[in-house]
This record gives sequence, structure tokens and C-alpha cells, in this order.
Amino acid sequence: MEYIALATGFILILIGLFGALTNRNILRMIVSFTVADTGVNLVIIAVGYMRGRAAPIIDAAVAAADTVARVIDPVPQALVLTAIVIGVGVTALMLAYAYKLYEKKHTLDISKFTELKW
Amino acid sequence: MVSRFFVFLLIAGVGAIFAALLAGYVPDHELNLTARYYAENTVRDTGAANIVAAIVVTYRGLDTLGEVTVLFLTAAIVGLVLAGSQHQGTHRREVPVSGELLVTGARLLVPLILLLGVYVFVNGHLTPGGGFQGGAILASAILLLLLADPVREFSHRLISAIESTSGLIFVGIGGLGILYAGGFLDNRILPLGTLGELFSAGAIPVIYSFIGLKVGAEFSSMLVDLSETEEP
Repeated sequence: MEYIALATGFILILIGLFGALTNRNILRMIVSFTVADTGVNLVIIAVGYMRGRAAPIIDAAVAAADTVARVIDPVPQALVLTAIVIGVGVTALMLAYAYKLYEKKHTLDISKFTELKW
Repeated sequence: MVSRFFVFLLIAGVGAIFAALLAGYVPDHELNLTARYYAENTVRDTGAANIVAAIVVTYRGLDTLGEVTVLFLTAAIVGLVLAGSQHQGTHRREVPVSGELLVTGARLLVPLILLLGVYVFVNGHLTPGGGFQGGAILASAILLLLLADPVREFSHRLISAIESTSGLIFVGIGGLGILYAGGFLDNRILPLGTLGELFSAGAIPVIYSFIGLKVGAEFSSMLVDLSETEEP
């Protein structure tokens, strides 16, 4: 199970990287970046997973006394919570900039933007 | 064609690194030192049932403050970048009619979605969930309103008032921690209560509720900014 989640995360990162490098349309590149973002989050979560343990929430399934033996690692989950929120912010910024670029040149084709090319 | 070749080469290289990582990965069978500390001491230190919430709000509360600041900056920059392109209220753009199903559905669902969002962030210390998730759910209600009526006007003043008030209260509660408890953002300024009850875990539910309001307001302001942008 941990290997499936980890492998899926890695594959998603590769798909996102491939999409961002091969697509010419800025919107498609942004979508590719969010796919890679999801892959990174999945990898971090998968690293914290431990077989046969419960989510790090103390309730009927996990008694407060033997928490250490019963819960999975809570730190990656807290990290991914942060990463998802920052990911939303980054995506919103990319979309706003993409809109500005479209307003300037009336195209979203990345090969038409040559100002920073050398 | 050459560039496509290099892309494949790069993907193959990164893929090989990932494959090596995957082949060498050995799952842990015990919690590492940091995780063990949190698992052992969360109940005694914070009284929260959700260990992730205890880490996010209390142990690493300063990081959360930074994260909320990043989110605020993002919302502000999106507003700034798109400011020149927004329509000025008087002339309305032509949009296709949304359809009876969406309009009626939105009227039914928006209060329920808002209620769910509030439930998620008020119970952040007990159940999976918390301020960020609840805030995102609140903003999804705003998104549904925008889908049902794209020319609807939202009060920017109200959104930024909610946002800045909750930010100030968040920092203020953190400051009270210095005066009445162990340090900045310490949740023990309120009694810890019984584990598993709504009014427990000290200031965590209060802080998480204001984080939820703040995140919801920030996401909403991004959505409203993007939606109010005119076609060039």
C-alpha cells in the first residue's frame, strides 16, 4: 500500500514535469504544475504512512494512553496541509499573471513571449 | 524535435532517480523522535484530540502565522495585478443565463455549504479538518454563488474587514499567550477541558475558527478578483 501511494506520487510528478515542459499553452502548463504539486503532496503523505496504524486523532479507535503505538506520523500531514494551501496561492498567482500576459499579447502561446530569451 | 528529445531525456533521468528512491524505501515501523514527542505530549500539553491540529496551531503556530501571511500576500498581489483590468461597476458584461437548476441549487446549497465549513473549522481540534479546510469550504460557497450569477457584486470592503479582523484577533490571541501562558500562541490561556469535547483544547478552536474565517475571506477575495476581471 505504501509503495502504491509513493509510486503514484512519483508518476504524478513526472507527468506534471513532462506536461510543463512539452506544452506550449500557458494554461496547460499551469495545470501541469498543479498535477506535479499533487504528486509531491502524495509522496510526503505516503512517507508518513505506517501499516496497520490509525490517523493521528485520539478517539474511540486510539486511546490516549497508547498513542505512540497506534498512530501514523502526524508531521508529514501538517506539512502537506501547509503545502496544499501555498499551492492554491501559487496557482492563483500563476493564473493572474497568465491573464496579464494574455492581455498584453492576446495569445497564451509561450513561444510568442521572447523578451527573456537569449 | 531536439527539445522534445531533451525533455524525454530529463524525464527519464528524474524517473530513474525516483525509481532508485522507491526501490530503497523502507517504511518506518516506529514513530521517529519528533513524531513520538508529538504523539506522547499532545494530550497533556494542548488537550487536543487531533494531533495535526495541535502541531499546526500550537507547536508550530508561528509557521501557521507565516503561512496565513503568505496567503494574504497572494490575495493582495492577485488583486493588485488584476486591478487595472476590472470593470467599474456601471457597465455590465453580457453573460449567458445560468439556468434554473444551477440558480435554485445554489440557493439551496449555499447555506448548507457555509454551515459545513463552519462545522469543519469549529471542530478542527477533534475531527479531521480545521481552519484551512473549513476556509476552503466557505470559499467554495462563494464560488457557487459566482457560478450561478457571474455578475453578482461582492463587497470588497466586507471581505477585507473579515480578513483583517480575524488576522488581528489571531495575532492578539497569540500575544495573550505571552502574558498569561508559556509563550506566543500558547493555547493554555483558556482551560484545557476534557479531551474530546467541543469546548476543550484551550484556545485551539478559537484560533482555528479565526484562521478559517481569514482563509475563507482570502480565497473569496481571490475568486471575486478573478471573476470581476474583464475580457481584454
